[in-house]
Amino acid sequence: MYGNDFPADDTSGGLLGEVEAAETALREAAERGRHGAAGADPAAYFAEVIAADQKVEPRDWMPEAYRATLIRQIAQHAHSEIIGMQPEGNWITRAPSLKRKAILLAKVQDEAGHGLYLYAAAETLGISRDELVDLLLAGRQKYSSIFNYPTLTWADMGTIGWLVDGAAIVNQVPLCRCSYGPYARAMIRICKEESFHQRQGYEILYTLAHGTPAQREMAQDSVNRWWYPSLAMFGPPDTDSTHSAQSMAWKIKRFSNDELRQRFVDMCVGQAEVLGLTLPDPALRWNDERGAYDFTQPDYAELIRVIKGAGPCNRQRMEHRRQAHREGAWVRAAAAAYAAKQAHKKEQASQKEKVA
Amino acid sequence: MTAHAEMTGPGAVQTAAAPMAVPNRFDFVLGLADDALVAAQRLAQWCTRGPEMEEDIALSNIALDQLGAARLLLTYAGEVEGAGRDEDALAYLRDDREFRNCLLAELPNGDFALTMAKLLFLAAYQVPLYTALADCGDERLAAIGAKARKESAYHLDHASVWVRRLGDGTDESHRRMQAAVDEVWPYTHELFTPDPTAPVDPATLRADFDSVVAGVLAEATLTAPETSWMPAGGRNGVHTEHLSYLLAELQVLHRAHPGASW
Repeated sequence: MYGNDFPADDTSGGLLGEVEAAETALREAAERGRHGAAGADPAAYFAEVIAADQKVEPRDWMPEAYRATLIRQIAQHAHSEIIGMQPEGNWITRAPSLKRKAILLAKVQDEAGHGLYLYAAAETLGISRDELVDLLLAGRQKYSSIFNYPTLTWADMGTIGWLVDGAAIVNQVPLCRCSYGPYARAMIRICKEESFHQRQGYEILYTLAHGTPAQREMAQDSVNRWWYPSLAMFGPPDTDSTHSAQSMAWKIKRFSNDELRQRFVDMCVGQAEVLGLTLPDPALRWNDERGAYDFTQPDYAELIRVIKGAGPCNRQRMEHRRQAHREGAWVRAAAAAYAAKQAHKKEQASQKEKVA
Repeated sequence: MTAHAEMTGPGAVQTAAAPMAVPNRFDFVLGLADDALVAAQRLAQWCTRGPEMEEDIALSNIALDQLGAARLLLTYAGEVEGAGRDEDALAYLRDDREFRNCLLAELPNGDFALTMAKLLFLAAYQVPLYTALADCGDERLAAIGAKARKESAYHLDHASVWVRRLGDGTDESHRRMQAAVDEVWPYTHELFTPDPTAPVDPATLRADFDSVVAGVLAEATLTAPETSWMPAGGRNGVHTEHLSYLLAELQVLHRAHPGASW
């Protein structure tokens, strides 16, 4: 919390409470312990574990499709954290105050940490980080399409925190109850930090919206640009979603894309009012019957185009990542060579000792 | 380069400072603050570009430490000056001729070896500096020194590990690391320009620096170059051509909105 202009709980929509509840549930499930053992029918046991809301652990038998789905999803999440550092990293050196610079630097650093943490969770499924990074660099695995949009003004640091991190949290909080233990545990930790990120973004926007006319305009322009891409972060509508049904049955996923999108919209409307900014949707209005806001759907054709590589920054983001990887190759090679030399020296020393 | 050396070599320092300004606390604190601020800005430029993901985190971490020290020191400098300037006024609204950082800090990042050479030398200077400050008579500087010396010890450790790895790694890394040391070494002399009236006289830190650096270079199979070129001038506001660009980036947004809060 960096100020007291608005109530502390206003921005998280009670999501942090849900993360804490998931953490408690995880602890309680662990205390209850799982009943029985895999025995002769591991598939039946796997189904039992899922049905009892217990966690599947790395050593357990699991259907290959379950493993593949998780690898795809966790890897995509990890890649998103790493690529997602770029649009915000773009403003670190130009942050308008030293305090903002420090917060933004720490935030981008957190994202690198989330990436590493998630790659480690994926590694428990039997694939290495190097393999996953190669898949990303070869364009064979995706990252969140939102990061293919440019950060054009400082206000985008606020909007990314508020809308993009906000949408990510709404997506990710249910993952704290995911049936795969390492992923669920990673998500609890990540969601806690993300909710802090969301709050700092909100606070940037609040400051801008209550600042000079130019700052206010910067804030509104930014929200105008990011609103629909943020809605698209929840994926295609349920009628077109390819992975959803099986993931729901496995309790990897718990809510549909459209349910989460609705939840996000309902959360944002009140927050936009507190900010004094307008969400760029003339059709946005409360629907008494549904007990939710009606809103205009994002352009899903655009989403598909961006996913397929035609977003404004796809090429730039990938080339940036490839360049860092390429230019770091000699450093990684040196570290490996040095470690080998040290190991060799150590071995020689211990052999000498034995001889003596 | 020769012209630059002549203008800013140690002989020129006296001329640049003439008439000999009475060395005061404000300039001294500002020098330390600007070292940290400019180093933070350079290290932050590495963010998303590190040779491995762990290194992105480490370099950001060190940048954050430097930035934290810069903020404490700038705030204190503003108080010492007594003209109502806070950390942001000092960071964003001074021009390059008013900056007092050493030239070492402002040199471009170059490759990873060059950045590690810069970090090694800066940290090997900041560790004894902050350690000495922790025991100095100025309470504020003592508190800042006590906090920052622990962070600098980590920076020194991190840079030392990498300089050893690169120096004693592959042929290519050895060549790059030696080239980096050769390029940056001349800029270390400025750090120890005597100032007997300062809370800590930089000249007294030289022995500590030399012994730490000599140890690391030897283990890394590297050598310090023999050269009489000793560029200086940063403490008097006479910088390299690089600083103005660094500040342009740092200050652009803040200056575009005079008087705004962020």
